[in-house]
Amino acid sequence: MKYLHLIWAALFRRKARTILTLVSIAAAFLLFGMLDAVRTSFDQAGQSANGAQRLQTGSRLSFIQTLPQSLEAQIAQVPGVKMVTYANWFGGAYQDPHNAVFSFAVEPNYIDLYPEIEVSAAERKAFDDTRTGVLVGEKLAQRFHWKVGDKIPLQSTIFPNRQGDKNWTFDIAGIMHSKDKQAGGFYDQLLLLHWKYFDETTPFNRGQVGWYVTRVADVNQADRVAKAIDALSANSDHETRTQTEQAATANWMKQLADIGLIVGSIMGAVFFTLLLLSGNTMMQAVRERTSELAVLKTIGFSNHAVLGIVLAESVLLLLIGGVVGLGLATAIIPAVAAGSGGMLNLGGVGGNSWVLGLLLMVAIGLLVGALPALRAMRLNIVDALAGR
Amino acid sequence: MNILINIALLAFIVVVLVAWIMLPWQGMAVLALLLAAWMLFTRRGRQAASVTRVGISTLGQRLGSSAVIVIGIAGVVGVLVALLAMGEGYAETLRKSGSADTAIVMRGSSASEVMSVLDHDSVVLIPQAPGIARDAKGQPVASPELVVAANLPLKGGSADDEGSVQLRGVGEQAWAVRPNVKIIQGRNFQPGMRELIVGKGAARQFAGLEPGRGIRLGNQQWNVVGIFASGDAMDSEVWADASVVADTYRRGSSRGSVVVKLTDPKAYDAFKAELDGNPQLKVDVSTTLDYFNKQSEGMTKVIRIIGITVGIIMAIGAMFGALNTMFAAVAARAREIATLRAIGFRGLPVVVAVMLETMLLALVGGLVGGLLAWLIFNGYSASTLAAGTVGKLSFELRVTPALLWTGLKWALAIGFIGGLYPAVRAARLPVTTALREL
Repeated sequence: MKYLHLIWAALFRRKARTILTLVSIAAAFLLFGMLDAVRTSFDQAGQSANGAQRLQTGSRLSFIQTLPQSLEAQIAQVPGVKMVTYANWFGGAYQDPHNAVFSFAVEPNYIDLYPEIEVSAAERKAFDDTRTGVLVGEKLAQRFHWKVGDKIPLQSTIFPNRQGDKNWTFDIAGIMHSKDKQAGGFYDQLLLLHWKYFDETTPFNRGQVGWYVTRVADVNQADRVAKAIDALSANSDHETRTQTEQAATANWMKQLADIGLIVGSIMGAVFFTLLLLSGNTMMQAVRERTSELAVLKTIGFSNHAVLGIVLAESVLLLLIGGVVGLGLATAIIPAVAAGSGGMLNLGGVGGNSWVLGLLLMVAIGLLVGALPALRAMRLNIVDALAGR
Repeated sequence: MNILINIALLAFIVVVLVAWIMLPWQGMAVLALLLAAWMLFTRRGRQAASVTRVGISTLGQRLGSSAVIVIGIAGVVGVLVALLAMGEGYAETLRKSGSADTAIVMRGSSASEVMSVLDHDSVVLIPQAPGIARDAKGQPVASPELVVAANLPLKGGSADDEGSVQLRGVGEQAWAVRPNVKIIQGRNFQPGMRELIVGKGAARQFAGLEPGRGIRLGNQQWNVVGIFASGDAMDSEVWADASVVADTYRRGSSRGSVVVKLTDPKAYDAFKAELDGNPQLKVDVSTTLDYFNKQSEGMTKVIRIIGITVGIIMAIGAMFGALNTMFAAVAARAREIATLRAIGFRGLPVVVAVMLETMLLALVGGLVGGLLAWLIFNGYSASTLAAGTVGKLSFELRVTPALLWTGLKWALAIGFIGGLYPAVRAARLPVTTALREL
């Protein structure tokens, strides 16, 4: 620590070069921060404690196939099931069929299974009492400038109403807030309408249910409960497939894209370039300081101290640039997520990303410092001072 | 004074970049020719050429730091081209699936085939509209189809790892509407049987989709009897007899969509007008070209934005790396440059020489990056859940010449900015100071 002053002075001996290098390093870690946020949000989708307690039961045949509503009573009888609800995909869109809104037609107790969604008691009551009432997520309401009490037209891309018309009208009864801003972004984009109203209004549904959500009493029993639920409909014409919410979400994300591979390859290219770039800077820095390092050795610095000083300099270089870059990413990501109007759900740069980032900075710093540091350590005082 | 010059340079860079982005390759060729003519036929130009030669001949001594520029820019171009190739491949796969002379009819306001339901009466009525091509027997070439999804185990995953595949129930007219679909292995399914033929993309992604194997759909056993190839989005699908699929999925006599072959693209307007005007029908008509373009729009845009964002951030990093290297190179040659100016060389040839050297390195970097992207990623297969379909859509990354050109443009732009400041510094260094310096 007592050499910090010395290292600092050496680092900024050539300000222009150091600053240019720092910008490159910052750019690399800015990218790392942003890509890691994307990867994490893919990885962590559905990975909450509440998610582990919920089971999703859909048709074994495919996710677009519906199940009879009568299954609810049977599922409720399965030992270990605490609560059960169901929902249908409504396929809503606002103003333009391609302006999709995540909209589910749900049984009134749906919200009870999702304690991470907050709705005020008054708004909840208003929703329960209004046949055409809907609850909308906070960000969704922001995106379309909706407020409680508004009457909104919504198209369904799947279900016409009884008149054969695609336009449905709903009353906004309340706003849903998700408790955990990090993980719960999805609920802020959601729109919930009454399944009963939906079923009575469209001639195409006829008492069918898209999927069931079950809350189990004990997480450790989840597998057994899932098997018991699937056994209810085995060999019928509506066989089911039950998974924990975690497993189901992970499966979707995996089908969407192999994010790990994409992010990994980009970061590989970036860090390889960075290695070369900062390595070159350190080489230059040591080469032009040859005589100064020789002086250090002459006045009594040991070989190892010189090695340490050069290594510390390169690690410091990486740390300064890296922290600036990651800091920038931390600051920018919420703005990007907000700017995308809720299309992107990024959780921000989490603690894990910071730890991984810092480890990478130190590792790259040591790696690029190694060669120049060895060179400095092996420096022969006489040769170096003579300029040979 | 210094600040003014820097601001002027910045403005110059912005103007050049904007012009650069718009420049087609012909413009680029003209520029290169003009530069060559200048270097050959004017005094200044010849001076510039000789300074450039000196700079380039000493590149070998600065291999390490020159490599920073080349590899830095190769990285940017490689990643950029690969990401854009992903968007391109995706869009191309869907674009190829549609054509201007086939039209798709779905129930009104359905965003995609799978969401659409047409009752039996509509399915009978639609082929009677004018403008539809007729086959040898005089029948309208119109294929009522039912698109649903099926869960199947993924290849290389655990038994519980299921993915979704799009299952299309078709009749014999489906082959007339899509002449590009060919059976490449096994045979076609027999009408009325629980038999499947699978696209080669689907066969690659899902386990057990081989001729002769059986798979379970719900509680039923189906047999895979053949593999087909189409070279477009249909490759990711599984086909079976429409009435059997409707039976399995409890759809009765309804279908999802009707795809028709028009007599020619001009017949489309009359066809659409007829269906729109028919009070018995509530349908949306579009050409399949429009339909698939719309499906690919959102995702293509997202991939493009991601590619360009990542590209810009990497480009900033590479640009500063290039600045660093070139500043060092100029500093190392300060005396040499000062000597040139002392014996009468003007500033411009020096600027041009340093810029050319940087841009040459950038060009090499761009070529290396583009070549790597092409070698590794051209034809690389990827898959995603596409908008508007309910199955995994597999597509191949396409590194097109246009994309390689984009990559080269980026590389040269980075080289331009990375070289400009050091070049101007070299030209403006007072001769006396530089000569005294060691």
